[in-house]
Amino acid sequence: MADVTFTVDGKQLTAPKGTLLIEACRQAGIEIPAFCYYPGLSLQGACRMCVVRVEKMPKLQTACTTPVAEGMVVTTESPEIGQARKATIELLLGNHPLDCPVCDAGGECELQDMTFKYGAHQSQFVEIKNHREEQQWSPVVYFDRPRCILCYRCVRVCGEGMDVWALGIQNRGSGAVIAPNKQDHLECEECGMCIDICPVGALTSGTYRYKTRPWEMSHVSTVCTHCADGCKTTLGVRRSDDGMEIVRGDNRDKSGFNNDFLCIKGRYAFDFANREERVTQPMLRQPNGEFKPATWEEALDFAAGKLREIRDSRGGKSIGVIGSTRITNEEAYLLQKFARSILGTNNIDHHRTADYPAFLAALKAKGQKEASIRDFADAKAILVLGNDPTEQHPLLAWQIRNNVRNNQARLHAANHQDIKLRRQATSFLPIQQENYGALVAFLAGNEKALKGNAEAAGFRDALRKEESIVIAFGSEYRGKDIEALIAFGAGFKNVKFACLGDYANSRGASDMGLLPDLLPGYVPVTSAGSFAQEYGAALPAEPGLDMIQMFDAAGRGDLAALYVASSDPVKLYGVDPAALKNTFVIVQDMFLTETAKLADVILPAANLYEKAGTATNTYGDLQLVKKAADKAGVRADFDLIVRLAGHMGHDIKTLVPFGKGLLADFGQSRGTQSGEADRHAVWLTAHQLELKASPFDPFAIFDEIQRLVPAYEVPRLNLMAGNDEHLKSDLVQIQTGAARRDLVLPSNDTLFTSGTLGEYSQMLHSVMESRKQKPGRNSRGLMIRKA
Amino acid sequence: MPAEKTTIFSPELAARFDRLVTLYPVKRSALVPMLLYAQDEIGYISDAVIAEVAERIGITELDVRNVVSYYSLMRTKPVGKYHVQVCTNIACMLRGGNELLHHCSKRLGIGHKQTTPDGLFSLEEVECIGSCSWAPAVQVNYDYHENLTLETMDKVLDEYRAKASK
Repeated sequence: MADVTFTVDGKQLTAPKGTLLIEACRQAGIEIPAFCYYPGLSLQGACRMCVVRVEKMPKLQTACTTPVAEGMVVTTESPEIGQARKATIELLLGNHPLDCPVCDAGGECELQDMTFKYGAHQSQFVEIKNHREEQQWSPVVYFDRPRCILCYRCVRVCGEGMDVWALGIQNRGSGAVIAPNKQDHLECEECGMCIDICPVGALTSGTYRYKTRPWEMSHVSTVCTHCADGCKTTLGVRRSDDGMEIVRGDNRDKSGFNNDFLCIKGRYAFDFANREERVTQPMLRQPNGEFKPATWEEALDFAAGKLREIRDSRGGKSIGVIGSTRITNEEAYLLQKFARSILGTNNIDHHRTADYPAFLAALKAKGQKEASIRDFADAKAILVLGNDPTEQHPLLAWQIRNNVRNNQARLHAANHQDIKLRRQATSFLPIQQENYGALVAFLAGNEKALKGNAEAAGFRDALRKEESIVIAFGSEYRGKDIEALIAFGAGFKNVKFACLGDYANSRGASDMGLLPDLLPGYVPVTSAGSFAQEYGAALPAEPGLDMIQMFDAAGRGDLAALYVASSDPVKLYGVDPAALKNTFVIVQDMFLTETAKLADVILPAANLYEKAGTATNTYGDLQLVKKAADKAGVRADFDLIVRLAGHMGHDIKTLVPFGKGLLADFGQSRGTQSGEADRHAVWLTAHQLELKASPFDPFAIFDEIQRLVPAYEVPRLNLMAGNDEHLKSDLVQIQTGAARRDLVLPSNDTLFTSGTLGEYSQMLHSVMESRKQKPGRNSRGLMIRKA
Repeated sequence: MPAEKTTIFSPELAARFDRLVTLYPVKRSALVPMLLYAQDEIGYISDAVIAEVAERIGITELDVRNVVSYYSLMRTKPVGKYHVQVCTNIACMLRGGNELLHHCSKRLGIGHKQTTPDGLFSLEEVECIGSCSWAPAVQVNYDYHENLTLETMDKVLDEYRAKASK
């Protein structure tokens, strides 16, 4: 729209016609206070805090509901306005308890800040304040009515933002209360958006309430370790008896592509990290079958000695390595490097939840066609095939809902289930579970492919009207089907694709070569040229055993050793424990998992919140992982791999090329600090980082990744500043694709499960428990709102 | 709404509701009239009423509760057969509305928003009922009784009691 020019506080501003005054001012750096106004949500005009003087208008106007107009002259601060805001606060404080010293929001409360600014510290009210007891609505959500200032933010974010509509307003006037949908409890997705968005301490969370004060925490911005959307999360950490414990997760700084969005897992399911049952010292299996704690030296010596002995006597082919979908890129990379260059084996795999190799092979030579999660926020049209984003990719669902609501984007979806996103869909096609491949054939013009589906033609017509589209597909598509889908998509004028995997770094695990036939960047093991050169070792040229073949080999007695990093394949694949009885098993993990129970050596590992590095979400967005929490006794997988290699007698410098190469840290990671080396060291230490001179520095490996994997050659500065960088997936030089064996095993996680981590999250368990106890809901446990 | 759908309302009211939702550009607009008709038939807005109204309009029960709780003329508990509503706003108050309220309370042995044990009468102090010119006024169900004194009030109550025993 055309721009209009207007004057605010004597400054001439320009903004597109129709912009709200409050937004136009904020963009020009003029802050107008508001409780009820929230960007992206509908207007409420309830709190009266944003009043400003607009010349030639009779009364003070609310900046949040006034669009800018040509020639408008506005004053945002004056004694008159100050007085009006002070009066508003005085009314708000009429029933608001002054329990700030114990309130969760104390110190980061918008009402507190406004009272401080406008000075309504004296009240003319002498009446007794209305009081109501606090209520627990779910394991997550608590409501303290007296603190509520009725801004309706929670009601709107729950309804419009989450499409859950679980909160309402009941009664009226000063007796009004926020009410949950089931009268005394909530039946919702437990995302905690309402708690996060609350400007005061009226809505508080079961994990954080009355636990600490905001200023007692350190805040570290990192990447969520649960699903593959890779939301940024700010973890509030606090010193505890054995390190730093996480007490809060949110994204209130709105950094990253998820803005302030997080689901229950990102916000509350960090509690697995604080579990008592965590393995915190190395353990060795004794001849009687029991585990006995050991020192690091004993455990590493023993494990490394055995590995070396097996490699030297039986060869690398008798050793298997299983990586994780929740370790950093650097760790995944290092693990495959360790396997290939030190153990001499290509027997390496991970739990695959999407067929990324086939996807990237299909995209090859098509230009940059991979969609970032950011693309879903402003795409004109979106096609979702398979998957249930609401359950499995909550951020994707959030982006799509916002895009449909705020930008009138069109969503087309086809699914074998009645997914919740159907409510936002312009067109929805129910199909049979086995027909995902046939659907693509039909869309591409094969009339016979989807016989008997009467709605299919209409769906195809709706799609044909689109010129630009972003296509997301679930693990229903693999191999040849992905190839066909990409070929069909090429028919659109503008198209981008996203392949939906399941875990925080599933994509990274695949990109970093945790595969028996592919090196990092999907270079075939048969032509390891630059890798062999860089590693300074001859790499095994034959493809190794995949996950299933490894366990088959173990059953036959052909797998002498198995090294498992932060994964539980025994449980995932239902491996018979007897299969591993003649295999020497080393497991590094947080918990005594099913796999760890069969180990000979257990090494206590850190989780993604306790380490640094990078992670790649399923859309190919690369982000910085920062160390937030700490647990005495555990070590990052990175450290463990390096130490194991060291104890095997390997020259560490060839594994982690620290101290060489021009891409080493010359200061990118230390912000505005610069100067002498010692000052750098002080800064790094203060931020719990290690010098580049250390073999434990993940960025030494990141340098190497950037040298060898062209797709990861992204600008470093922006990444280090905490921003996401989209991979250059058009540079992936994959040569094999659709013909590979299909080993994709979707996790089928819901909003309340998260693989192994979910099993150890008390919060997720109590939510599921409370939902079981409350009868009378549909199978999804969600209220369905009809159009 | 399919005809075979079970309803808690009489066939007449159910038919009326079927038509009511078609009268407005958005179905939601039928909410308040629907609730008032339902209250007249059932006596109060029960959970079953809320559920069926929500279903008919296609909104959540929470949405219905939000509206019900807003209006003081919608009640979620049963009242007596004769619901005595005494106005105590300014005109009625000046002409003895408060005395009328206390009198009724004493006569019936119940207070504000209470019901007699026999379920015959319930009492409520209400805001202006629009009968200021004939204050003090009392509304019993939908009938108005105006220019009342304590004596005529007694008569009104007696008439209702007699009507009930017929």
